Amino acid sequence: MKKVSKSPWLLHYDASSCNGCDIEVLDCLTPRYDIERFGIINTGDPFQADILLITGGVNSQTESVVQQLYSQMPDPKVVIAVGICACTGGVFKECYNIKGGIDTVIPVDVYVPGCAARPEAIIDGVLEGLKVLDEKQAEMEKQKGGKRNG
Amino acid sequence: MIKLFFVLAYLILSPLIGGLLDGADRILSARMQRRKGPGILQPFYDLRKLFSKEMIAVNNVQLLLNLSYLVILVIAGSMLFAGEDLLMVLFILSTADMFLIMSASSDSSPYANMGASREMLQMMAYEPMTLLIAVGFYLTTGSFHVSDIIAADHSAIIWMPGLLVGFLFTSAIKFRKSPFDLSTSHHAHQEMVKGITTEMSGITLAIMNIAEYYEMVLLYGIFFLFFVNSTWWSWIIALIACAVIFFLEVLWDNVSARVKWKTLLYSCWSVTLVAGGVNILILMLDK
Repeated sequence: MKKVSKSPWLLHYDASSCNGCDIEVLDCLTPRYDIERFGIINTGDPFQADILLITGGVNSQTESVVQQLYSQMPDPKVVIAVGICACTGGVFKECYNIKGGIDTVIPVDVYVPGCAARPEAIIDGVLEGLKVLDEKQAEMEKQKGGKRNG
Repeated sequence: MIKLFFVLAYLILSPLIGGLLDGADRILSARMQRRKGPGILQPFYDLRKLFSKEMIAVNNVQLLLNLSYLVILVIAGSMLFAGEDLLMVLFILSTADMFLIMSASSDSSPYANMGASREMLQMMAYEPMTLLIAVGFYLTTGSFHVSDIIAADHSAIIWMPGLLVGFLFTSAIKFRKSPFDLSTSHHAHQEMVKGITTEMSGITLAIMNIAEYYEMVLLYGIFFLFFVNSTWWSWIIALIACAVIFFLEVLWDNVSARVKWKTLLYSCWSVTLVAGGVNILILMLDK
């Protein structure tokens, strides 16, 4: 069985975050939390990413960027919304320029609430996302097999 | 017969050894940064994942060019391990690199194109030293052939310490180590620092990684040549020397900051001229 969750590469995008959650995401890479021990790499390239991690709510300017990043990632892929703004829009929900949470634009697999989300919560969320990633890969291979047989 | 054995061992074991070295590198780097780091098998997990991902390519020719990079590199490595002409091995190695450059320039991404031109610049920086090494081995042992070099009475290092220092310096470029990882870095980086690999994904990237492992083993093979002679115990010394060199490269990678391209070019040429040139001069006058 090819387990994609053994080497998840992560793409981090700031949709309209106040940088609070972004700093906590980068905090996960530091010696204290060290997410590289799970094989996680913070890549800047959607072509090579398996996990799309987004902070902040979507506004009219970042909507197209989020969509493009998502479309450029090869399957299987998961989306993780980090912080309450990315989950629902948070305190900015009613603002005229905010569309709401990430799930108003692309499908989200894991929600990590918090303001700002703590590094422990983010790591937990990412590991939760890995399970989804494995499920998606299994499904992808089943479909592939089905095509080959059919 | 023994030649065939070495070539087969190179073909089969290189991805394994390269992957393990890469894994060890990542653990060592992590420990140097007071982190725990991934497991030693992480590079293999990465490869397995890359092969299972959906194929996305801006330009399909990229896969073919990366495959050419791999195949030509493997030919160069096989020739080294078969005991053939060292000069030819180094020429073929440069040819392989040209395919990587073409692969990176085959799409419109500015990062990949910048990476390609930086890779060419890096070739300019390390190529003089690589050629001087071949000349050095010829002056020391009287032959370009690897089979003659390893059968020499004394290790080449006695006559070529300057060339070894120069090769240590410039091989950081080949290993894609800081401070010379301008075209692409083997660590997790983004945008310009990832350069040539920007547009590679899935299988294409996996092939590039495997090729890098073959290249790594080839380079350690050349380091090995410096220490080996006709005695059996010199092989053990050479292996230990290669391990020390590996550690030094990782250490240097972690303590130095990336330089600008001009610094790269001038420093490499200066080291080539001083360490390599003087060494060759002494060899020519004294040997």
